[in-house]
Amino acid sequence: MHVAKLAKLDITDAEVKKYSEQLSSVVDYFSELLEVDTKDTEPTSQTTGLKDVFRHDQIDPKNCLTQGAAVSGSEKIHNGYFKVKAILAERTDK
Amino acid sequence: MTNFQAPLTIKETRDALLGKKFSAMELVNEYLDRINKNKDLNAFLTISDNLAYSEAKKIDNLIQSGISNDQYPLFGSVIAHKDLFLTKGVRTTAASKVLESFVPEYSATVVEKDEKAGSITIGKTNCDAWAHGASGENSDFGPTLNPWNKEYVPGGSSSGSAVAVAAGLSLIASGTDTGGSIRQPANFCGVVGLKPTYGAVSRYGVVAMASSLDSIGCFSHTVADVETIFNVTRGGDAFDSTVKNIKLEMPKDKLKIGIPKEYFVEGIDAEVEKFVLEAIKVFEKEGVKIVNISLPHTKYAISVYYIIQPAEVSSNLGRYDGIRYGNGRNSFGAEAKRRIMLGTYVLSAGYYDAYYLKAQKVRSKIIDDFDNAFANVDAIIAPVSATAAFKLGEKASDPLKMYLADIYTAPANLAGIPGLAIPSGFNKLGIPLGFQILGPRFSENTLFALGKTYQEVTDYKPKLAIK
Repeated sequence: MHVAKLAKLDITDAEVKKYSEQLSSVVDYFSELLEVDTKDTEPTSQTTGLKDVFRHDQIDPKNCLTQGAAVSGSEKIHNGYFKVKAILAERTDK
Repeated sequence: MTNFQAPLTIKETRDALLGKKFSAMELVNEYLDRINKNKDLNAFLTISDNLAYSEAKKIDNLIQSGISNDQYPLFGSVIAHKDLFLTKGVRTTAASKVLESFVPEYSATVVEKDEKAGSITIGKTNCDAWAHGASGENSDFGPTLNPWNKEYVPGGSSSGSAVAVAAGLSLIASGTDTGGSIRQPANFCGVVGLKPTYGAVSRYGVVAMASSLDSIGCFSHTVADVETIFNVTRGGDAFDSTVKNIKLEMPKDKLKIGIPKEYFVEGIDAEVEKFVLEAIKVFEKEGVKIVNISLPHTKYAISVYYIIQPAEVSSNLGRYDGIRYGNGRNSFGAEAKRRIMLGTYVLSAGYYDAYYLKAQKVRSKIIDDFDNAFANVDAIIAPVSATAAFKLGEKASDPLKMYLADIYTAPANLAGIPGLAIPSGFNKLGIPLGFQILGPRFSENTLFALGKTYQEVTDYKPKLAIK
C-alpha cells in the first residue's frame, strides 16, 4: 500500500492482496543473490563505457516543436498552456 | 485481389518493383488485403494506409523517373513498427490504454532512417503494454496469436512485429529487446530477429522501458535482411547520448563458437536442445571450431534483470501523469502496475542497497563472465528459450513463472551485447524452433557472417505461416 502511494498508483484492497502475494514471491526469489560474493565488485549502471557526453549549448529551431505542437497531446489546455490542479492553497492567515 | 506473390526478401522486392512485376501501390494493396484477412491474429493496433499509399507513390514515381535507387537500401520494403516507435501523425499507444489516443508530433530516429531508405510504413504492431511481457498477453488491446497455431502465444514483447513478418502481413518489422523481446518472439514465430549491441542504434523517439537495457532491432525472414536494416538504422543522431559511432570490424576467417554449459541444464525442452545441437553440427561441418565454455553467473540473471529493469521502468513510467499527453495513471494495466511497484520497492530507502545496488554488482559479474568467454571465443551459441511457444493462458496468472522464461535472453541485455535469433525448423506440434548467436559488443558482422553461413548451407527457404 505504501509502495503504491510512493508510485502514485491508486489500487483497490483486492489489488493490494493480489499484488502483495505476487510481488512477495518475486522478491523472495531475489534472495538467491545473497549467495554471490560481491565484496570487491563495482556496480554496473551502463555498458557503453561512455562518460560525460556533451553537446553545444545551442538551440536548433529545426529540432524544436512549436508551442501548438508541444501541447497537442492534451485537451486540458488554457491559452496555450497545460491546465494542472492548483498546488498552492489560499492563505488563511491574512 | 492481386495476382502475384509478394517476395520474402528486400532484394527480391526491389528487383520485382524495378522489373515492373507489380507497382508499389499494388504491393501495398496486397499487404493491406492480407492484414484484413488475418485480423484475428491481432497483430496490428493501427493501420497507416494513407501513409503507406503516399510512400508507395513516391517509390512508383522514382521507378518511373528512372532515377538510381542505390541510396535506398530498403527500396519499397513494407515495414511494420512496434507500437513503441513514435510515428508522426500516426497513433502510438505502447499497447497501453494510457496512450490510447496519443498521436505523436515527431517520429523516432529509426522510423525516419527507415523511411529515408525507401521503406513503406504499413502500420503499428501490437505488443505487451510498455513492452512488459514474454507472451504478448499483456497488451491492453488483447493478445496477439501465434500464426502457426492460434492456441499458442507468439512470444513477446514484440509480438505483433514477429507475427506480421511470420504471417506475411509485412515484409520486415521493427522491435525493441530489453530482456529478449525481439529474439524470443522471433524464435516462437520462426523468423530472424536481431538485438543489436546496446548503443549501436538510437533509442530516440522509442517509448522507454528500461533505459540501460533497451536495444532497438528488427525482424525479417533472412539474416541478410536484418543486416541491411541494421546498417540503415545504426549510428548516432545527436539525440541519444548512449549511441557510439564505431566502425564495425569484419569477421575473422576462422571462427570459434562457445557452448555455454549453463544454458543446457535441467528444464530445457529435449527438442529445443536437439535443434540447437543440430545447428552446432552445421557450423562444425563448415570449419567453425566449437568449444565448451562456462558462464557461471547465468542463474542469477533473472533476479538481476527483475530488479534493475523494474527500477528503470518505475522511473520511466513516472512521466505518465495524464497532464501533457495521454490518460492518467489509473489507465495502467496490471503488469505495468506490478513492475512500477516492484521498481519503486527495490529503489526505496532501506532496500536500495539490498536489492538495487546488489543487483548492479552481480550485473558486473555477469558481464565479467561474457568478457572471459569472449577472450577465448568469437561467438556463443545458445537456445533462445527453454521451451517452444506455450499455450495462451498457460503462464499468465503466475508472474514469476513468466519472468523465468527470460533466462536465456536477459543476460545479453545486462551485458549490452548483440544477439541474433535464427529459426531452424519445427517441433512435433508444428511450432517453430531455433537458436541464438551472441557476440562481443559491436560484433554484429560476425553474427551476420555466421547466420548467413547457416542459412546458405542449410539452403534455408523462408515460408509464411499463412498461405
